[in-house]
Amino acid sequence: MSLDLHFYSWSLVTDYLFRGFVFSLKLTLTATFFGTVIGTFLALARLSKKTYISHPAAAVINTMRAVPLVMLILWFYLLVPLFIGRSIGAELSAYITFSIFESAFFAEIIRSGIQSLPRGQTQAAQALGLSNAQVLRYVILPQAFRQTIPILLTQVIVLFQDSSLVYAIGAYDWLKGFEIAGKNYGRPVEAYLLAAISYFTMCFILSRIVQELKSRVSFNGSEA
Amino acid sequence: MIKIKDVSKSYGSFPVLKSCTTSVGKGDVVVICGPSGSGKSTLIKTINALEPIQSGEIWVGDTPVHDTRTDITKLRAHVGMVFQNFELFPHLSVMDNLTLAQIKVLGRTSDEASKRGLKYLERVGMAAHQHKFPSQLSGGQQQRVAIARALCMDPVVMLFDEPTSALDPEMVGEVLDVMTTLASEGMTMLCVTHEMGFARRVSNRVIFMDHGAIIEDCSSKDFFAKSEERSPRARDFLAKILSH
Ligand SMILES: Nc1ncnc2c1ncn2[C@@H]1O[C@H](COP(=O)(O)OP(=O)(O)OP(=O)(O)O)[C@@H](O)[C@H]1O
Ligand SMILES: [Mg+2]
Repeated sequence: MSLDLHFYSWSLVTDYLFRGFVFSLKLTLTATFFGTVIGTFLALARLSKKTYISHPAAAVINTMRAVPLVMLILWFYLLVPLFIGRSIGAELSAYITFSIFESAFFAEIIRSGIQSLPRGQTQAAQALGLSNAQVLRYVILPQAFRQTIPILLTQVIVLFQDSSLVYAIGAYDWLKGFEIAGKNYGRPVEAYLLAAISYFTMCFILSRIVQELKSRVSFNGSEA
Repeated sequence: MIKIKDVSKSYGSFPVLKSCTTSVGKGDVVVICGPSGSGKSTLIKTINALEPIQSGEIWVGDTPVHDTRTDITKLRAHVGMVFQNFELFPHLSVMDNLTLAQIKVLGRTSDEASKRGLKYLERVGMAAHQHKFPSQLSGGQQQRVAIARALCMDPVVMLFDEPTSALDPEMVGEVLDVMTTLASEGMTMLCVTHEMGFARRVSNRVIFMDHGAIIEDCSSKDFFAKSEERSPRARDFLAKILSH
């Protein structure tokens, strides 16, 4: 068997790959954004002293983390139409599922960031008269985020890779672009080979960026 | 000024404070000492409600701290506290450490807050470092900034919880100097400290605690001079602490 690479061309990118890449990127960024916001609230809920808040939060987080993402994607895509009576489409379905899934992961990362801060920080902030919300907003969360940024970004890379799981519901992501191109050119092996190289390169570059950030953000949360 | 009446607290069945009663007048400088685990930190943290109490009364001026209806954040804004580990906010510059609560709690403009911040930084000899971050300062410098941060809030009383215990010996002096100046200016102060030199020279009262109870509460002159009148436990403690 020999490889035929002549279909690796600019039109391959514009006709097949670009659209999928944009969706994969949009999916990653959307899930990162909502994952961070919702994840922060989930983390705070889980840390709450009130068990009627912390227990449900813990239940949501643990369930999400226990279920394989691809099953969540499928369930959400298949079950929601049964409840609301119409399909919401593969793309929207993917945005929502990924956001919820990421929230659970980010919640745990942010929670560990909050818990790694010395208790004295909270006490010092309270002693100045800051309200509980202000303590979080100005003292605890900024430090927790700083500490967890490298871990959060690593999770974002994983998320980018996981975005290919939307194949299960037929959404057009980057991987799908390679697949269709391979079919249309009759060269599936070469297409998947290129896909592997592309994903690897992308994730390699991203993880180098994360490494760089890690060395810049010193771990006591202060300016390097 | 501060009244502590029959204050008790326990963790489960373990009593941390046993019916502590004392009062502090305006301008008093009170040193609290005692063995580790005797409840010193817990006692001073009850004054700004960082430690909730189970029974008894605490008054700061005419504010009842023990009353659940009291606006605790308002009280805390005017009770300065300095911690063993400084607890400056590491993500904020020295100046931002000083202005944060002034702006968010007292509602001062950022100009007003910086002006006042600079004034107190000058007082503790740290004005030149206002743009630095806490991690760039020595322990002694951080603690002086922490004192300035508390002073910016116009506190009616300053609470110190072992302010020099985490410092290298050569930095203890600079922090004690600031505290001494503060005392001489008439600030009401409660200091948990094992610096007996400071207690002798600067404080006018010493409280000795053991196992959650206030064992001695007397003028610092009497505490050091008439040691034969002290309880055996206090004498023991003093002997240990003065021997090194
Ligand atoms: N969250 C807690 N749960 C149970 N016990 C506690 C808790 N916090 C403090 N204690 C106990 O309460 C007692 C008093 O503690 P506290 O910190 O007030 O002592 P201290 O006199 O300040 O001691 P040190 O000199 O070591 O600072 C100690 O025996 C401590 O073990
Ligand atoms: Mg203590």
